[in-house]
Amino acid sequence: MHEISDVIAEGGPGLASELSSSRTGHRDLAMDGSVAIQIRDVGKSFGDVIALEGIDLLVPRHSRIGIVGPSGGGKTTLLQIVAGLLEPDSGQVDVEGATAGRDRLTRCALMPQRDLLLPWRSALDNAGIAVENRGVSRTEARRRTRPLFESFGLAKFEDVRPDQLSGGMRQRVSFLRTLMAEKDVLLLDEPFGSLDSITRAEMQDWLIQAMDRVPRTVLLVTHDVEEALLLGRQVVVLSARPGRVVRVLEVNHVPGGSRREVVTSPEFVSLKEQALEALES
Amino acid sequence: MNRATREAPVLRTARDSVSKPKSARPRTFLRRYGPAIAITAAGIGLWQLIIWLAHVPEYLIPSPSEVATDFGSDWPVLGPALLVTLREIALGFVISAAAGVGLAVVLHLSATLRRAFYPILIGSQTVPIIVLAPILVIIFGYGILPKLIIVALICFFPIVVNGIDGLRSVDDDLIRMMLTLNGTRWAIFRRVEFPAALPSIFSGMRIAATFAAIGAVFGEWSGSNQGLGYVMLAATPNLLTARIFAAIVLLTVVAMALFVLVSVLERIIVPWAPRRGKAE
Repeated sequence: MHEISDVIAEGGPGLASELSSSRTGHRDLAMDGSVAIQIRDVGKSFGDVIALEGIDLLVPRHSRIGIVGPSGGGKTTLLQIVAGLLEPDSGQVDVEGATAGRDRLTRCALMPQRDLLLPWRSALDNAGIAVENRGVSRTEARRRTRPLFESFGLAKFEDVRPDQLSGGMRQRVSFLRTLMAEKDVLLLDEPFGSLDSITRAEMQDWLIQAMDRVPRTVLLVTHDVEEALLLGRQVVVLSARPGRVVRVLEVNHVPGGSRREVVTSPEFVSLKEQALEALES
Repeated sequence: MNRATREAPVLRTARDSVSKPKSARPRTFLRRYGPAIAITAAGIGLWQLIIWLAHVPEYLIPSPSEVATDFGSDWPVLGPALLVTLREIALGFVISAAAGVGLAVVLHLSATLRRAFYPILIGSQTVPIIVLAPILVIIFGYGILPKLIIVALICFFPIVVNGIDGLRSVDDDLIRMMLTLNGTRWAIFRRVEFPAALPSIFSGMRIAATFAAIGAVFGEWSGSNQGLGYVMLAATPNLLTARIFAAIVLLTVVAMALFVLVSVLERIIVPWAPRRGKAE
């Protein structure tokens, strides 16, 4: 283990990405030169439990990556490492030039699994908290956040407390709050894990539109293969603990197709099969 | 989900919001306080009955009716004394609340200070305040100051401990969320930690509210020439037992009023906090 990481460190990024390509049978995700996130041979353990091992990923700017893997497979840990909330035990993470955890924190906005809305703030003030955190007054933060409420389907709910919002609305406020941080990298951790399947499908469609409108680099973690394929333009399949990249899939949807058309298309079904197969191995 | 839909303002019909509180309020009041009122009334009745049947003399144990008449005849003594004690309780409580919350915040923000002062804080509570009271009187005299210090010393501990607990038990996920949203240490404190700790701080204040009257009486017993504690002390050798009982009733009422006041303040300042008894 130690030796392998030494070899990679000596070989530099080229070797690391080559290693990942040979493992996944694909070229790395960066097709043009601009890379937003570089993850090199990242490993992380908690006590005796190895959560992640030898993760190599190059994420191009403004791409959308779905990361799918079994529950408890270290997906959340990977996002927290990228965000700078955790440091890896081995390997390196570079987010738009930032390698130290503190600096990565300033580049990424993380939308957690739970909506974590503050019960003492109205929906509008929850969404605008990142603006206030930058030292902007609350009045000004409200002025900037308010116009987005309508386009997020939250009009007339600005002054409502979070416990009076439905689950889907709470997730929308949570996503808007993440956007208002104005970071170029969005890390979404099972954003719809707590929703029922109908609301979940609505929210997925909504999120696709929202992401199309604001180009950002998005890493989305989920345990649901279909969700990863719908929301990601590339899908990375992680193995069960210890989490490793077992497969990288390219997703090319027919543009403008309805959800039913996409989900039942032969390409989608075949991708789903490949992803499920990779998960089983 | 269920609760959210029920409370969603769009779904609440006009009839619900108008008729419900009006018809429900007196009934919930009776349901909530009825048993306590009934038990208290029964206790007073029983007390009256026993004294009556056993022919207990008033100077030994007065009956409730005798205590009640004493309020009328002794009011010139009790009234001014009540004002004095009330002032000691109110000022002492405000000082302890400010100092308690302030210290909780400081000890929360600085791990070094916490390590330095937390053991001393706990240790200070093992010193009986009753022992301190005469010393404070020697140092500060018969004025209001030693009483304020005693009230503050008694009330301050539950506020600090509850405050520190509340500040420390904030959900780690909330802090992580704030860190990824440009949150500085100060922003996290004032937008997440402090509001999240408010219900805890108020619990501490409610406990403290019940102690405040005890502190004021201790202070007066140690050295004073006014206040309800002094009235009780002066009434004892003269066997004015009904007056002592009347003073006790007044002190109880003051303590309960302070408790209610803190609870009302909590509802105003922390309207999002889960209500006790709401789930019933």
